[in-house]
Amino acid sequence: MTLQQSRQTRGPASGPKAEVGGGTQPLGPRQGEDRQQSSAHHRSRERFSRALGWFSLSLGLPAVATPRELARLTGVPDDQQNRTVLRVVGVRELGVGFGILTQPRSAAWLWGRVAGDAMDLALLGLALRSKHAQQSRVTAATAAVVGVTALDLVRAVQLSRGLGRPSGRVREDRGMHVLKTITVNRSPEEVYGFWHDFRNLPRFMDHLEDVQVIGERRSHWKAKAPAGRTVEWDAEIVEDRPGELIAWRSLEGADVRNSGSVRFTPAPGRRGTEVRVELHYSPPGGVVGATIAGLFGEEPDQQVNGDLRRFKQVMETGEVVQSDATTHGRPHPAQPPKDGVIAQ
Amino acid sequence: MKAITWNGKKSVRVEQVPDPRILNARDAIVKITSTAICGSDLHLYNGFIPTMENGDVLGHEFMGEVVETGSGVANLKVGDRVVVPFPIACGKCWSCQHELYSLCENSNPNAWMAEKLMGHSPAGLFGYSHMLGGYAGGQAEYARVPFADVGPLKVPEGVSDEQVLFLSDIFPTGYMGAEMCDIQPGDVIAVWGCGPVGQFAIASAFLLGAERVIAIDRFPYRLEMARDKAGAETINYEEADVYQGLMEMTGGRGPDACIDAAGMEAHAPGLLNVYDRAKQAVMLETDRPIALREAIMACRNGGTVSVIGIYGGFIDKFPMGSVVNRSLTIKSGQTHVHRYMRPLLERIQKGEIDPSFVITHRMRLDDAPRGYEIFVNKQEACEKIVLKP
Ligand SMILES: NC(=O)c1ccc[n+]([C@@H]2O[C@H](COP(=O)([O-])OP(=O)(O)OC[C@H]3O[C@@H](n4cnc5c(N)ncnc54)[C@H](O)[C@@H]3O)[C@@H](O)[C@H]2O)c1
Ligand SMILES: [Zn+2]
Ligand SMILES: [Zn+2]
Repeated sequence: MTLQQSRQTRGPASGPKAEVGGGTQPLGPRQGEDRQQSSAHHRSRERFSRALGWFSLSLGLPAVATPRELARLTGVPDDQQNRTVLRVVGVRELGVGFGILTQPRSAAWLWGRVAGDAMDLALLGLALRSKHAQQSRVTAATAAVVGVTALDLVRAVQLSRGLGRPSGRVREDRGMHVLKTITVNRSPEEVYGFWHDFRNLPRFMDHLEDVQVIGERRSHWKAKAPAGRTVEWDAEIVEDRPGELIAWRSLEGADVRNSGSVRFTPAPGRRGTEVRVELHYSPPGGVVGATIAGLFGEEPDQQVNGDLRRFKQVMETGEVVQSDATTHGRPHPAQPPKDGVIAQ
Repeated sequence: MKAITWNGKKSVRVEQVPDPRILNARDAIVKITSTAICGSDLHLYNGFIPTMENGDVLGHEFMGEVVETGSGVANLKVGDRVVVPFPIACGKCWSCQHELYSLCENSNPNAWMAEKLMGHSPAGLFGYSHMLGGYAGGQAEYARVPFADVGPLKVPEGVSDEQVLFLSDIFPTGYMGAEMCDIQPGDVIAVWGCGPVGQFAIASAFLLGAERVIAIDRFPYRLEMARDKAGAETINYEEADVYQGLMEMTGGRGPDACIDAAGMEAHAPGLLNVYDRAKQAVMLETDRPIALREAIMACRNGGTVSVIGIYGGFIDKFPMGSVVNRSLTIKSGQTHVHRYMRPLLERIQKGEIDPSFVITHRMRLDDAPRGYEIFVNKQEACEKIVLKP
């Protein structure tokens, strides 16, 4: 429950391309709408991470405040010993929940959980010694205790080593690199064929508005940027191996210099095709990486993940799959959309 | 339309929400004729499943009449009577093609949420949190059914709603629970929990050739149903020690397979209950694995523990040493309902089982809030509630 990643803080955009991510100009009504749309995903993600923290916190709070009340709620007999247990455990969880919500790195707080488990062991030991405990239950409970702390310990160690961080993304000073893979249950030829027609890309790539093919190897790309703006560039295919690989890069004069490749390899055991996408964005002179990140309006890592998932949906089921909640394009209860309110 | 919505812990409401309509080509709209409240809904009701939002339409066990189909649905027509499986499955991905329908790789548009909690995402489910799709559920007058060319089972004339409604979830769930036990002649199966899922696990264990089934619960009326309707022997865990009881009944071997049909909100008498309730209440563990621990400890050497009770997150004090040192097999899953609907319909038609035996309450959709209350508190000898929109 405690493993959400922290939000990356991004500095304000600066330099010659500040209008890409800056959003300092007054917004017209249409731009305002778009801005709402583009940041909706980001907000919902952040909300989710925090929801887990709040979930923990809201439940920890009553334990400290009114252990008597909580004892009643949880159906635990309200005696002195139980009340103390609840209070001690509650205080600790409160600390942990709070840490998850407020700290940029949660590893330290997970270590807090490990310590907490050690404490529970001690508490349970106390319970086992109590004269109310029946012998057979004591045996069962003692055996059950053996595996204590293992999970928390493992997660804390992983997080400390950085394994809990988002994978496949290296942010350099001079640009941003994203690497993502997914397996699609279609042949490499089919998957290659669909991708090769770049006009298909906006169907599953959220931030792409439009791609026009203007020649054998050339295309024109238009992407959404925050604050209702767009960035555009011409791209050319630099390598093209049917059924295997497509690589492209933007041409001179691009708003954001970028390149990408997608590689298709047969997955073992007739599982279809492993699709491996690499994208690289380099900012023009003087622009910080934050501007590029602003292009996505959220974690680029998550964005590409979502794009690939939608790609798979289109390839395998024929369409991008909608649920009642996702049609609203912003956090919304799972209810059917009202007439005319479908976001996409 | 009218729908039952979630509004925070222990609060459900009858609300007006927009009518569903076709969003994807493979959708159908179903006018619901019967729907039910599930033990899984109680986990939502009690606030133990994260990523619910106020206003979410609940319900995942429903059937009705097709009133509209998308352009991609060729096998159904308006007027067909269908039962809808609770997991949403595309039929085209690797998991679907391997009959692992509750693991469909395409039906959860919020997969990234589930990935954070579980590493990978399972399928989207009707009315079961945003992490599992954000789909409106079937405790309503109408429902949109995605991938309607794959999921819904057409119901023939001559069988009533009440006989086939539970093909949507609990009958296949109990059946899969028993199937995972790989029952051999002479096997003794123990089932924790005599809720509707437990009842179907018991009945299915017999269908699959179990010699004896021992059912465990604490509510006399539920134990009685397990004995009289499903044919089990019973242990009331408030009156007897379960481990000792099972050893006495199995010559000290332990049951050949154990089914956990109690799930994450299991209850225990005594100090262990205090411990798990406290830890769950403050989120040091999200689930109370009381029945599961007991099932593991009781299972015979080399036996199977089949977990169909739902767990949402993390558990504590899991007796892994017992599992490893005694060569136990653990099997689990949200039910791959699509796999079982047709064969179980055949069993119903042949008269091998009438699933309506679990129904104790029939109510109007408007009465759902009261239904949740008596079901969660096990009042009025409530076993299973069917709602009629
Ligand atoms: N795997 C699936 O796909 C699937 C599908 C449907 C339901 N479920 C799950 O199955 C479980 C049961 O569902 P239900 O509708 O029968 O719910 P229910 O609440 O009616 O039944 C649960 C029963 O377990 C009993 N119980 C609690 N603690 C116990 C213990 N320590 N030992 C023995 N029994 C105990 C309760 O007294 C109750 O009778 C739930 O967790 C539900 O979420 C899973
Ligand atoms: Zn259910
Ligand atoms: Zn699928």
